Amino acid sequence: MPHLSCDNRAKAEAIVACYPQRRSALIPLCHLAQAQDGWLTPAAMEEIAELVGCTPAEVRGTASFYDMLHTEPVGRHVVTVCTNIACMLAGAYEVLDHAAAALGISVGETTADGEFTLEEAECLAGCDNAPCVQVNHRFFGPLDPDGFDALAEDLRSGRLADKVPAHGILSRVDRSVGLPGKAARSGTGARAAGSAAGQGSGSAAGPETGAGPE
Amino acid sequence: MITQAPRIVTSRVELADCFTLERHLATGGYEGLRKALSMPPPDVAAEVNKASLLGRGGAGFPAGRKWSMLRQAQTRYLVVNGDESEPATFKDHMLIERDPHQIIEGTAIAAYATGVEQAFIYCRGEFALGLERLQQACNEAYAYGALGADVLGTGYALDVVIHPGAGAYICGEETALLESLEGKRGFPRIKPPFFPAAVGLYGEPTVVNNVETISNLPWIITHGGDAFAALGEGSSAGTRLFALSGRVEHPGWFEIEMSKTTFRDLIYDPSLGGGIRGGNPLRAFIPGGVSAPWFGPDQLDLKLNQDAVGQAGSMLGSGSVVVMDSDTCPVRAAWRIARFFHRESCGQCTPCREGSGWIEKIMHRLEQGLGREQDIDLVLDACDNISPGLSWPPKQTTICVFGPSIPSAIVSVARMFRDEMLVHVKDGGCPFPPDAVRRG
Repeated sequence: MPHLSCDNRAKAEAIVACYPQRRSALIPLCHLAQAQDGWLTPAAMEEIAELVGCTPAEVRGTASFYDMLHTEPVGRHVVTVCTNIACMLAGAYEVLDHAAAALGISVGETTADGEFTLEEAECLAGCDNAPCVQVNHRFFGPLDPDGFDALAEDLRSGRLADKVPAHGILSRVDRSVGLPGKAARSGTGARAAGSAAGQGSGSAAGPETGAGPE
Repeated sequence: MITQAPRIVTSRVELADCFTLERHLATGGYEGLRKALSMPPPDVAAEVNKASLLGRGGAGFPAGRKWSMLRQAQTRYLVVNGDESEPATFKDHMLIERDPHQIIEGTAIAAYATGVEQAFIYCRGEFALGLERLQQACNEAYAYGALGADVLGTGYALDVVIHPGAGAYICGEETALLESLEGKRGFPRIKPPFFPAAVGLYGEPTVVNNVETISNLPWIITHGGDAFAALGEGSSAGTRLFALSGRVEHPGWFEIEMSKTTFRDLIYDPSLGGGIRGGNPLRAFIPGGVSAPWFGPDQLDLKLNQDAVGQAGSMLGSGSVVVMDSDTCPVRAAWRIARFFHRESCGQCTPCREGSGWIEKIMHRLEQGLGREQDIDLVLDACDNISPGLSWPPKQTTICVFGPSIPSAIVSVARMFRDEMLVHVKDGGCPFPPDAVRRG
């Protein structure tokens, strides 16, 4: 019984087909699973392992290296407050302390209603808008404590549903247009482990003949 | 002083529709690629060599030379590094969100010049909007014919895949980035081989170029390498994006002609940084990302030139300048940088993994006023274990340059602000005001 929905399974297979070696799809597939479930569930990790040709432990071992991949449940809105040098100099710790008090949780915790998880981030490359905050990886800033309260209220009420989609940075990324199927190019079938061998000579086949996406 | 240099990589970014194919085409987009495709690939590379384009990712390696080191093989890859994570660096983030077609076009030019048929653009995962725009641009480029089986009708085939990262600073290191792109933990690879040009993605020869480096290529091919080299001075040619942050009136990115402008101009010119917030005196500034040793007010008149900054004992690095004023606690700033390195160490090498934790703890207690005078020597000793001699450029005991980057801020604060460190010890607390949010 596949864990990914039909749509997501098709998306996942299209992503796998983008790469000369399917293991490369591991991180994109983790993002895809998070978009579906909000976090990276053990069932999703099993299915990703099957899709990319490794063990579930290897998926977990890889995912646990990366800050954005959650191997435990998180709130509907993951709020990450940057406190690195540029944001710190602009008062980021004041914003972080205020956020923790306002939400009634500590950094790393989720509110009881499952609305918010609070995280402290390293530099998010938003230093021209310091102190900056991300919610499900959408940028806000510069924020002061009052601005944070307004933001939290807008998120709770759903007023920002357009700007801040649910989890998963790939939820609005359509990778399926125009990409040629590698498997078709190298002639080894959609699930081939894909040694890069057939790559260089496969230029005759293009998007039109691609078996993968579309 | 702002020069009359043209804007090379930011010509479109302030337009409302800067990220669309229509705007790109209406402003000379894909003309650079068209011209490149009319030339033999070695001539394209020669043009980039003539331009003296230094890599904009941090190490400043000449882009043309990097290409020339690519090993002959049937399969070669190009990977564009858009994993911008160096604290206080936010130029690639802007380029990815606001001119993704320029990146796609530059990628196609670089791929054609190096004989690559498969390219990847590795985009930092936190740039959700950037990923959407890059993928949209990629899709549009396919539909337009600038990518795919027959690029602009020339028979050249090129596939580009937009690949998302997942949050790990170390993946900006090129061999860690390749590991990550292969679906693994972002562990930098053991050297030698020193360059992915010999052994890269899937073991094949691979060019890794930074997003800003790539973004320069359409202009260089359209206007010629000589026109680019005529800007700037010596090996620091062209324009460059500087990211200015910290206690300045106008934090932001600025595209500036290399070598002609000084740090003083960047920080104080009304059209650039606009001076220090509230008119406070400058205490120190970081000239090129948190891996760089700090400068004081007496180095304000240094030119924004890679060699000049190198000779003065630091680096232009990723082009990010952080300004600290008289209210900034330098010990707290150095502690926060140490904390960053501790959190982001990949953990492969003992000096970095353990040392960064020691340094963070010692700096924290010093800043809190709980330290002892000997802690200053202790923290420098921990730094010396990571980078023996504490010299510049730093020596290395680790697989990658992350380790030797850790001591920069600590050594800077111990050399420039030892008295301030001692006041923390003697007073049993921090003598500086807390960092507060600016209101109104």
